[in-house]
Amino acid sequence: MRRRQRIETVLRMAALTLLIGLTVGPFLWLLSTSLKGAGENIYAFPPSLLPQQPTLGNYVKVFESQPFGTYLRNSVVVALIAVTANLLLASLAAYPLARMDFRGRGFVFGVLLATMMVPFQLLMIPVYELALALGLHNTTLGLVLPHACTAFGIFFMRQAFLSVPRALEEVALIEGVGRPRIWWFVMLPLVRPSLATLAVFSFVAVWGDFLWPLIITDDPAHFTLPLGVNRLASTFSMDWRLVAAGAVFSIIPILVVFTFSQRYFIEGAMKGAVKG
Amino acid sequence: MTAGQRPWVPVLFLVPGCILITLVVIYPAIKALLLSFTDFNMITPAKAVGLANYVRLWADPFFWGALRNTLLYLAVVVPFLVVVPIFLALLVNRALPGLAFFRAALYLPVITSLVISALVWKWVYEEKGLLNHVLLATGITDQPVAFLTDPTNALFSVMAVTAWSGLGYYMVIYLAGLQAIPRHLYEVAEVEGVSRWQQTLHITIPLLKPQVALVAVMASIGAMKVFEEVYVMTQGGPLDSTKTLVFQLYESAFVDFEMGYAAAIGVVLFAITLALSLVNLRLLRSRGERG
Repeated sequence: MRRRQRIETVLRMAALTLLIGLTVGPFLWLLSTSLKGAGENIYAFPPSLLPQQPTLGNYVKVFESQPFGTYLRNSVVVALIAVTANLLLASLAAYPLARMDFRGRGFVFGVLLATMMVPFQLLMIPVYELALALGLHNTTLGLVLPHACTAFGIFFMRQAFLSVPRALEEVALIEGVGRPRIWWFVMLPLVRPSLATLAVFSFVAVWGDFLWPLIITDDPAHFTLPLGVNRLASTFSMDWRLVAAGAVFSIIPILVVFTFSQRYFIEGAMKGAVKG
Repeated sequence: MTAGQRPWVPVLFLVPGCILITLVVIYPAIKALLLSFTDFNMITPAKAVGLANYVRLWADPFFWGALRNTLLYLAVVVPFLVVVPIFLALLVNRALPGLAFFRAALYLPVITSLVISALVWKWVYEEKGLLNHVLLATGITDQPVAFLTDPTNALFSVMAVTAWSGLGYYMVIYLAGLQAIPRHLYEVAEVEGVSRWQQTLHITIPLLKPQVALVAVMASIGAMKVFEEVYVMTQGGPLDSTKTLVFQLYESAFVDFEMGYAAAIGVVLFAITLALSLVNLRLLRSRGERG
């Protein structure tokens, strides 16, 4: 019995090692390519899996030829503003939907639910037009606009508020504490894990967004990392070392975030599906 | 509890978010529908053209090509993403040394932005790239495969990247389903001497049905919207063999500036995803009632 289990464990680990070779392998190959010097043939057969003389030269070259620092800063700023706005606006709107009786609640909820079914690709032409009219072309706010408040965020936070025991809130209400203070001092602290999950969830969405930044910016000074890397790939399509360096550089930040908040990523994916 | 509540209190909470959602979803949705009946091009004022855009769509071989590619995408990618992540989830469901690491490593492609994933694979797919080296060295092929430059291969090569990026996400959804299955079912089966494989087949898989349905719908909607992979790896080529609906929409709108026509493509896209979303909603509702 125990032996059977041990064999099973070994088999599972072997299968998993093979599988993560498929998921992580391509990234490692990218990393290796980015560290290969100009003198090394990156198309060699058989391929050299490790760089013969590892060098950071490609990274230096990428930074010299492209404003990667600016791309990084833009990505970070846009993500910070968008995530903060989404957390704030979604949890504000979600509170009455979860805990107050008012006329039209069902209607508002239904409309919000309906908006989740509209693909952004249908909306992007009018949103683009609107952003131009508001003077948001090539601006940080323009990049933030479609991410600043999501219906998904509202649903997610509503679900979180629904799970808070009513008793706590009622005590505060009887004491005569106003709703805004209850929201801030009672409700929000109690749904902190959900806020973290939503933060991570929307962070991934903004950070990886490509289509909207592609439309709303054409000035590299306002590019986010995905656009920057794409620009690098079209400028230096012949030199994969540089493209690889740019790509690796742009993965690092999200990798760091992922490492430190892994459980929220997983939770976000689970709840995103279950509670959506 | 809410007796005596001032009526403007909920409104105050709702207003900021609702204004934004009205601005970036509700108003644009209506506007897009209206635009699809015009010849809007961002330069001259829009003129109503009735159903002209839809008539043109109906006769446009490029549109049909893009629709065909998108449906083919659904037909290949969705079954793969419904089935394979179940096995991944089974592999990482029970205790194992390094479990957290394995889960994270399988999830890595999900957090990577699609542009980067597409670039990584473009490099792997090169004629003298890693994948061809592996295929040649193992004797699976005797000459390099033109993954992205041959019209018969390109769409499948792009599909593989979409599938690869989604595996970890759906694995996690199945994992949630697996962990909700009561343990005692397995304990009973164990006592009865039912083999592990039989347990998986007769207990686990049937109890994952809600997740299977959910993943099918989510993966379908995702496949309808494929863009980044195509944009980065092939730009719709070679010979339009990888042009998807959204790529066609993007090109019509932001390369050809035929916004009215693009809006009509968007409406078609919406109609298809709406049908898929309604199925999704139904599933969520029925699940909510039970749990």
